[in-house]
Parts: sequence; structure tokens; C-alpha cells
Amino acid sequence: MTRIDDYRQVAPPGVVDIILKLAERVRGRRFLHVSGGRFGGGAAEILRAVVPILCDMGIDTHWEITGGDPGFYTTTRALQAALEGAERVLADEALAHYVEMNRVNAKKLSLEADLVVVHDVQPATLVAQRSDGRWVWRCHFDCSRAQRRAWSFFRQFVAQYEAAVFSLPEFGRRLGVPQYIIYPSIDPLSEKNRELTPREVATILASLRLSQDKPLLVQIGPFTRAQDPLGVVNAYRLVKKHYDVRLVLAGTAGDERESLEVLAELREAAHHDPDIVVLELPPDAHLQINALQRGATIVLQKSLREGFGLGAAEAMWKGKPVVGGFGGGLAQQIISDVTGYTVHSVEGAAFRLRHLLNNPELIARMGTAGREHVRRTFLVTRNITDYLALLIHLSG
Amino acid sequence: MRTAKHPFGFIGCVELRQALDKHALDERELMDRLEEVPPGSVFYHTHGYFLRHRPLTTAYGNDFARWAAVEVRDQALAERLAVVDPFGFPDLELLREELVTIIHDHLRRLNTVPRAELGGAFHFQQSHIVQVELGPLATTLAEFRDGLAAVDASAIYFHMVEARTRLGRPSGDFAEWLRTSLELPALADRIERIDTYMTSLERVRARVLSLVDQALEEEAA
Repeated sequence: MTRIDDYRQVAPPGVVDIILKLAERVRGRRFLHVSGGRFGGGAAEILRAVVPILCDMGIDTHWEITGGDPGFYTTTRALQAALEGAERVLADEALAHYVEMNRVNAKKLSLEADLVVVHDVQPATLVAQRSDGRWVWRCHFDCSRAQRRAWSFFRQFVAQYEAAVFSLPEFGRRLGVPQYIIYPSIDPLSEKNRELTPREVATILASLRLSQDKPLLVQIGPFTRAQDPLGVVNAYRLVKKHYDVRLVLAGTAGDERESLEVLAELREAAHHDPDIVVLELPPDAHLQINALQRGATIVLQKSLREGFGLGAAEAMWKGKPVVGGFGGGLAQQIISDVTGYTVHSVEGAAFRLRHLLNNPELIARMGTAGREHVRRTFLVTRNITDYLALLIHLSG
Repeated sequence: MRTAKHPFGFIGCVELRQALDKHALDERELMDRLEEVPPGSVFYHTHGYFLRHRPLTTAYGNDFARWAAVEVRDQALAERLAVVDPFGFPDLELLREELVTIIHDHLRRLNTVPRAELGGAFHFQQSHIVQVELGPLATTLAEFRDGLAAVDASAIYFHMVEARTRLGRPSGDFAEWLRTSLELPALADRIERIDTYMTSLERVRARVLSLVDQALEEEAA
């Protein structure tokens, strides 16, 4: 188990001491997180890092999860998609069942704490069964474009919280409760981000049948149109006229039609060019992602739309410049001209890639700046500091 | 070595950010909202910039100038806003008035209102500062120096910016303690005159340390 002192080697100087002082102030108070599960990315990935550290510091911290029958999961997935702006049909009976299942969940769970932080959609209606303590809804996605009907239903529950926390101000909506802003974070000591030796990187890349004989341009992310992997292929083709590079598109496909279509188109493109490598990875390929980012010359994150998306921060932590789009939190992560570039088009991505490949010293300088930017802004230590500040601010 | 009448305790700070339900998509909206927001929001987007934007990103001096430059691509307004030194205003209302006047004068010269076409809206925020007592107390100049060299950079912000602007201690805590408790008025004056605008907290720390080292050398001689 990682301990808070392990982070002294990676966090900015003095930050661990601040965390320990904050922890002293909240000792004796109970801190509870509730989410929809313990596995996967997003909230669960952050909580897997945050909760053990809070416990290690002697803070009475617990993490509960909600569950239900298949209908419950189907409804919560559809509701979350609708709150993210997708068109979904939400039957009144299905929504009532979702609320009812959480009423049952509330009976099984221990929900008493000084601060209860409820993450995302699945457990959100637990607030209707709240007892003591302060309750905060932590929204990890962008709900600014929520479907009107979905939001009308969901808003009645959000209004019962003392506050909401969003990853960015633009991700929120008009609410009657205070809205705090906490960026998500990466864990620098996790499998996905820990240091790897060049030999480890080479071994893992070799296991993926990937040679490092030429510069690697790497984009990691789901094979969806929102991530624009086809745009990345077109940008690569513009670059390839001048530089002998290899493009690696790695991610998880899922079983949705859109994803399968995008993957098929990418495979077709790869069929005609051996320097386009499409890697379909399992969801737990953390070490492989780590090695791919470390083996990259430049990392792309050319998303058209996404949540906060921490791929850019992960790559910058590994000292890589990032050429990214404007979707989600990319503009917050990439300081244009300092840690990489934010671009609006395929041509813009190609231009910046060529510029970097033509100026290798810039790649090194931006990589160093990016790592320092992530160290100060996107490490889990900052996230813990924010949660402790929230606990102190809300529970007095 | 001189001993202080009262020891100095370093205080770091953590900023909890709160979004206000106010945003601007063009420069006129920016001006209108700026007139309405609480003073804490003016503070957050000007003085608070130095706590959040560490060495890499202090190029604009405040969030309004950064938005005008990066999101609206209006370099002229960005330059005019960037040059406003928030530390030169005795209170936040005067600072607000200066910023609003700059935007107003800028818009009067234009036929159309520049808008964040490709970039994002300006979202007004404010912050809650949670104070954190750090490290052992300092009772001598040497102990003060050692403490200053080791504390988290947020302590520099707290004692040099927050104390002056929001806590009604216009000299800043370092100068005040050196003057009243350690009776070193010359050193206190030099530290009070340090320009904290358009630099980083680490540079401010380095300048204070350099002045303290100089005073320690003089004392030893």
C-alpha cells in the first residue's frame, strides 16, 4: 500500500507537510465517499489512490458502493449519457426503479459521516435518505449540455445536497447550491504512471510488437469519433511526407456500433500503411499505456469532445509534449507553447507535429515544463489537499 | 543574536475554488459581470493568479488579461489589462473600477465587441482560503531564514499577498514582524518594497532570502 510519505519524492516540496497539517485538523471526523463501483477509470481510479492515503493519515475515511439489478444499471447508464447531452429515452418507471434501488442501497450502507461525497449518477439519489453530516455531489463529467428532461428529473436530487463539485466551471449548471471546482488528478505511483526504466519500456513495447526504430506519435483513448482518431491519421499522413514516423493509436474498443465502425476504418487505414499501428488494449492495460506514453516522441490527444480527460496530464508527467484539441479539460492541461499545443484542426495538428519534430530541443523543453505543470496541478496530492480543504470548509 | 519579542509562525494556505453563476462570452459581458461580482472574485482573478499560476504561466498577470489574449485573441485589451498591478490599489473596489474603465475605454474604440469565438467563456470564481500553520516558530533572523527557505510556496503568498490585501496588514507579515518584533526597520523596509507583481512566488522567496542573508552577514560582521 502506498503511504503519504511515498509522495514526498514526486510532489512539490512542502505539499506533503501541508497535507499532514490539514489531516491533523480533521482527525476525528468521518469522511465517506460513495460511488457506483471500485473498478475502471474516472471517479473509481481517483478514489483508489485517495482513500488509502487518507486512511494512512489516520482520517476515518470509508468508501461505499451502490449496486442493483440489471435494470438499475441500464437506467443509470442511460441517465448519465442523457446528462452528458446524448439523446436517450428515459421511462418514468425506469427512473422510479433507479430511485427505489438506491432507497434499498441506503438501508444496507452506513451513510453517517461528517462529510459524504457522492460521485456521479449511480448513487446520487441516496441523498433522499440522508441523515446527519454535510452531503456533496461530485460530478466528474460535463453536464452543461444535459438533456432537459433528464436534468429536470435529476436536479431535484442535486438540490438536496449542500454543495456540488465539478471538474471545471464550464461543466456545471445553474444550481441553488454552491459549486466548488476540483480538478481530477493522476496517481504518479500507480501502474499507469510510475517510473519505468528504458529497458522495461522496450520490453513492454516489444511485447506489443512495437519497434522503437523511428519516432513514435501516440494517441491513447477510446476508439470513438469524439476522440477523432481518424483526424489523427490524416494529421500523421501530412507529417509522414516529411518525417519517417510511426503512428500508434491505442485504446479500448467496447461493443458499441460507433466504436466498432471507427476501429474498422482505422484497421483499413493501417492495412495500407505499416507505420500506422492500431492496438486494441484491455481496460486494465495500465502498464502498457505507461510504456506507450514513455516510448512516445510526441503524444496526441486530439479529442473533439470529452470529459476532463487526463490523458494529456499522464503524458506530460512522463515528460512528453502534447498536441491536443480543445475538448473537455485539455485546454486546462496543455499550456499552449509551453507544454505542447492546442489545435483546432487536422492541419493544425500536423503543423505542430512537424514543428516539434523539426526542433527536438523544443520537445525536451516542453516535456520538462509539462512534468512540472502536472506536478503542481494534476497530482493526487493536490486532489487530497482539495478534499481536505472541502472537509474543513464545509464541516467547520 | 537578536531575539524577537514575539515568535513568527509561518502559515501556508490552500485555496478552495468556488464557481459563481456568472460568465462572459464577449468583452462587454466581461465588463458587465465584473461590475456585479463580489470583491472576493476580483481578488481571485487578480491577486489569486499568483497562487495558482506558478513559474510557467505568469505571463499575463491576471485572469482577465489571460482570457482576452488566449480565448478572445484581443492582444490590445490583454496588454492593457496585464499592466494593471493589483498590488498598487489600496482596496478591491478601486482595482475593480480600474479594470472596468480599461475595458470600457477599449470597447469605445471598437465597432464590434470582440468575442470568444473559438475559445471558452470567462467563468467568474472566488475562493475560500484554508490556513495551515507550518513548521516551528522563528525567534531569530537565522531561524526565520531557515523557515522561509523550507516552507511551501503558499506561505509566501499568504504573508506577502493575502495578508496585505484581504487581512488588513498593508506592510505584509514578514516586514511587519521584522520591524515590530525583531526591530530591524531597514530590512523590513527593503522587504516591503519588493515588487510582487509579474513574478513567481519562488522569485519573491529568493529576493526575501537574499535580503535576509545580506542582513545576517552585516550582523555577523
